[in-house]
Amino acid sequence: MTESYTLRVNGVVRDVRDAWVGESLLYVLRERLGLPSVKSGCEQGECGSCSVLVSGALVCSCLVLAASVSEQEIVTPEGLQSDERGALTTVQRAFVDEGAVQCGFCTPGLVMAVHELLARDDAPDDLAIREAISGNLCRCTGYGRVFAAIRRAVADRDADSGVDT
Amino acid sequence: MTVLVPTSLGDALASLADDPASVALAGGTDFMVQVNEGLRRPERIVALGEIGELRTVRREGDELRLGAGLTYTDLMGDDVAVVVPALAQAARTVGSPQIRNAGTLGGNLATASPAGDTLPVLRALGASVEIASAQAARTEPIGAFLTGPKTTSLRAGELIVAVRVPVRRGPQEYLKVGVRNAMVIAVASVALVLDLDRQTVGVGLGSVGPTVLDAPEASAWLADRLRWKRDRAVVDDPRVAGEFASRVARAARPIDDHRGRADYRRHAVEVMARRALRRCAS
Amino acid sequence: MSVVTRRSPGRVGESVTRPDAVPKVRGEFAFAGDLWADRMLWGQTLRSPHPSARIRGIEVAAALAIPGVAAVLTGADLPGRNRYGLEHRDQPVFADDVVRYAGEPIAVVAADHPETARRACAAIVVAYDVLEPLTDPAVAAEAAPLHPDGNVFRELIIRRGDLSARGPIVVEGTYEIGMQDQAFMGPEAGLAIPADDGGVDLIVSTQWLHNDREQVAECLGLPEEMVRITLGGVGGAFGAREDVSLHIHSCLLALHTGRPVKMVYSRRESFLGHVHRHPARIWMRHSADADGTLVSFETRIVLDGGAYRSSSYHVTANAACFAAGPYRVPNALVEAFGVRTNNPPCGAMRGFGAVQVAFAHEAQMDRVAEACGVDPVELRLHNALAPGDELLTGQRITGTLPVADVIRACAAVPLPPPRVDDVLARPGGAGRTSDDVDVHRGVGFAVGFKNLMYAEGYDDFSTARCSLTDGVATVTCAAAEVGQGFVTLVQQFARTILGVDDVVVAPADTSIGSAGSTSASRQTMMSGGAVEQACRAVRVQLLARVAHEHLESPVELDIVDGRVRSRDGTIDLPVVDLFPGETFEATEEFHHRATTPLDADGQGDAHVSFACAAHRAVVDVDPELGLVRVVHLATAQDVGKVLNPVQVVGQVEGGIAQGVGLAVMEELVLERGVVRNPSFTDYLIPTALDAPDVDMTLIEEPEPGAPFGAKGVGEPPTISSTPAVVAAIRSVTGRPLDRVPVRPHDITGL
Repeated sequence: MTESYTLRVNGVVRDVRDAWVGESLLYVLRERLGLPSVKSGCEQGECGSCSVLVSGALVCSCLVLAASVSEQEIVTPEGLQSDERGALTTVQRAFVDEGAVQCGFCTPGLVMAVHELLARDDAPDDLAIREAISGNLCRCTGYGRVFAAIRRAVADRDADSGVDT
Repeated sequence: MTVLVPTSLGDALASLADDPASVALAGGTDFMVQVNEGLRRPERIVALGEIGELRTVRREGDELRLGAGLTYTDLMGDDVAVVVPALAQAARTVGSPQIRNAGTLGGNLATASPAGDTLPVLRALGASVEIASAQAARTEPIGAFLTGPKTTSLRAGELIVAVRVPVRRGPQEYLKVGVRNAMVIAVASVALVLDLDRQTVGVGLGSVGPTVLDAPEASAWLADRLRWKRDRAVVDDPRVAGEFASRVARAARPIDDHRGRADYRRHAVEVMARRALRRCAS
Repeated sequence: MSVVTRRSPGRVGESVTRPDAVPKVRGEFAFAGDLWADRMLWGQTLRSPHPSARIRGIEVAAALAIPGVAAVLTGADLPGRNRYGLEHRDQPVFADDVVRYAGEPIAVVAADHPETARRACAAIVVAYDVLEPLTDPAVAAEAAPLHPDGNVFRELIIRRGDLSARGPIVVEGTYEIGMQDQAFMGPEAGLAIPADDGGVDLIVSTQWLHNDREQVAECLGLPEEMVRITLGGVGGAFGAREDVSLHIHSCLLALHTGRPVKMVYSRRESFLGHVHRHPARIWMRHSADADGTLVSFETRIVLDGGAYRSSSYHVTANAACFAAGPYRVPNALVEAFGVRTNNPPCGAMRGFGAVQVAFAHEAQMDRVAEACGVDPVELRLHNALAPGDELLTGQRITGTLPVADVIRACAAVPLPPPRVDDVLARPGGAGRTSDDVDVHRGVGFAVGFKNLMYAEGYDDFSTARCSLTDGVATVTCAAAEVGQGFVTLVQQFARTILGVDDVVVAPADTSIGSAGSTSASRQTMMSGGAVEQACRAVRVQLLARVAHEHLESPVELDIVDGRVRSRDGTIDLPVVDLFPGETFEATEEFHHRATTPLDADGQGDAHVSFACAAHRAVVDVDPELGLVRVVHLATAQDVGKVLNPVQVVGQVEGGIAQGVGLAVMEELVLERGVVRNPSFTDYLIPTALDAPDVDMTLIEEPEPGAPFGAKGVGEPPTISSTPAVVAAIRSVTGRPLDRVPVRPHDITGL
């Protein structure tokens, strides 16, 4: 039982041909569309490593039926660019500088969650930060440097007058 | 096509009527877990995510009509939180931000897990479920709609369209016990609703029975002993709280499982009932 | 706390950005599960649902008939031995006649789509005679053997001093530690590619490439040179990747089908497919003088090793050697057993036996303090080990071990402020279970230590090559980077020693000699030592060349700020400009000093080096509901030398989170040998809302024989964090809490 449909990913319309109907958005993004930044950590929506934006909302792509979202705008970590040269976003830069990356498996999904947080709250307090990333499990860092990175991203965005995220 | 994405309720119902074995897919937070594990192999899916009319909030008289497509994040918004604060509280306890953005009110009802977080609140409020098929529509009180663990009265070809929640003026609370401070399935939960106009008490209990339970005896007992005023309810006798809580606990029918022990669940219900009352009444 | 990083190339001691941070943050870093090859097939494993069974027959015809299936293989298809194991080959690659644990591999499938592979596995018919499993480790030693090697992996006795000595204060207790899982985020993954020479290339997430290669080669009946292993990106390890998982399976499928085969475990399979931390039951009895001076220590430790040996032999030794904690104990009897059951196999997890005994010995120390009427921190200071003291094994501490310093520094960290009035700051979080009046704050203290490096006479080593051309240094080392930041240290070492900025870290593979395992907090010393040695050898070659060119004596030359300088200043040349086109290269092996085995009384100089840490936990507890929020962890840790501050901070914070998890939420629940919760839904690890704030002091007393005096930092944070949290909960509730993880009903006392 196969499906063919299109998906709008990172601003580009992509063809999906002869895909098994039950494939998750996670599978299609990784295995059919060549976007491996979306990580498969649990396929149950419990770890957040597969987080993407679907029409601006942060969701676990493992729980999205790919064939059902052809009308939605999908953004993956590959789609987060601050400019055409592909410079790191303020959030990505902060993660690098604050030592918030160890094994890095949770990192792309976490960066998506932080982008989404800062898009709706430009001055989150400590508990708001924790709640916003409570769906992204990290086993390496204990979250300490991640919190530091988010605080720095908030401060740096203020300094840059919040242009890019 | 085996995945249909209708944009109107009418189209969705027509698609379901064409093949009642179709899967109606809302947020996917239960369904896709099973697909990913190989436990379900869908052949025809009617995806509901593009149906705007399922995602509305409307005040209709003394009821708030909540579209089945509202996500938990939607339920945390002011248009619900101000009118039904316990429902917004419950929505905030579900999963993670990612799950809250995808999972829906209708999905919580259709999956009918005894641990479903909106269910104790809806039970305590005395909500009813609006159901439609291509042929007919019906409305059913939630207690009758939820028939057992993960079972409902939904028939083939039927969709949950909305939930009708009586607007009750008064304090209300939802408390939920989990081992971790985020992303937990309820070990036990309690909803308490005081209606200052009708001078009634509603209770809903989660994860302590085959489905969500109410506590009619405890509710009526408390309603008789509250001193109902215009803007609050008062507990005059300090023993009432403890007695109410133990009556609520008696209404629970918990089991032992890998998430919790029955005796702990019953105890937790008692503690939560007492604290909920402490918050709702002076 | 804030640690500022440097973006520009940095040297030892600076918070240098890791070289893979940018690709990781972009999502461009290739984990093993991201690899792809032309004509690739997907592999899948069929595993036993039964913990104990006899296999009567396996029928694969129905599976083979499914379109898209390229191979269905069992033990009968292995060209070599059907046995593997970390050091002792006791474990079947595929169960042959008998199954010994639920999750044991029976067969593998290769197909053109992962869903097809799953369906093919489901179509394999296995006839089992289900047997009664042995699941109680307490009776395992006397029970009928589950395996030709018997049911005891190790029995280790340590006798020290006068076994009849007793002080007037006697405290005894029995403690239980549940099964913790490493729960790394990146599931097992690998890609096996058949080679033209009849061999195979495997790219895999792992901890020890060369040990894997030995086992793959033996089981495939190939010479080692025909098995080439390259490290794929690793999504965390914490001990769970030290054993072979999909390595032999994927290579076998690749050789059989002639096509690349990729295997990626689901989360459920990951929980079943790797070893776990040994559950333990520990009885201890301390005696002391009235002033708190420890007189005697007795313990009986039983570790449940599950169905196969893995590293149980060494975990048992670690538990025994460090059973009393970092304290002077003149008289001791330790009996430690690692036993086989039909429970899931256990092996290495960060802390490796010291975690289990620390929970017990720290609970005991608090009880001794109370019985003596001494402050618990003072009691620990009073008995603290110091260099020059002897361990239970009679070994005299000749390196550094600042136990008293870590205790004092940890106790001196300011307490956190009172909690804010927000539901998320209270136990229960968004569940709104408590108001401020229901919550009480408690404080607990604990200290722990363990060895670094391997032990008991094992001649551990690591290999590294340094190559310098045109001012660019390339360092090759097979040390597995699993997230801990070893690759950053490589660059820092090379920059510091050679005075260049550009350092290329070559891929880790089996083309160079072994670097040993990323475990035992050993890579900083062993592979860091090899890298340092290789870079220094290149430095010597370079300076010798400069000296020769300039008719200068090499002893007059030094490298300072990227320039070769002579003492009298006549030579001052930038390193990057020296000898264009010429390569200076050295390959070095680093060995640590010799250790000895333990004798019949458990005595011997068995360990290389030690590290200690102290933890103070502040918890908010709702005693009526038994819910906990771990608010703050203060820690002081013995690190030798801080090579990279931000990386050390990250390792300490991460280890503490794992310790918190064991204290209050993490346990693989077994029911008759079957794991009931092999998923993140019900195996709970700390989220961002569960993580405590951490304040740390790093104590630097350089360790002799270690590169730059640095000690590995990964394990100490996991050892005394758990008992500190539980001690804090005890201080609020008054409950004995002799089991971890502490569950709500343990606190409420139902």
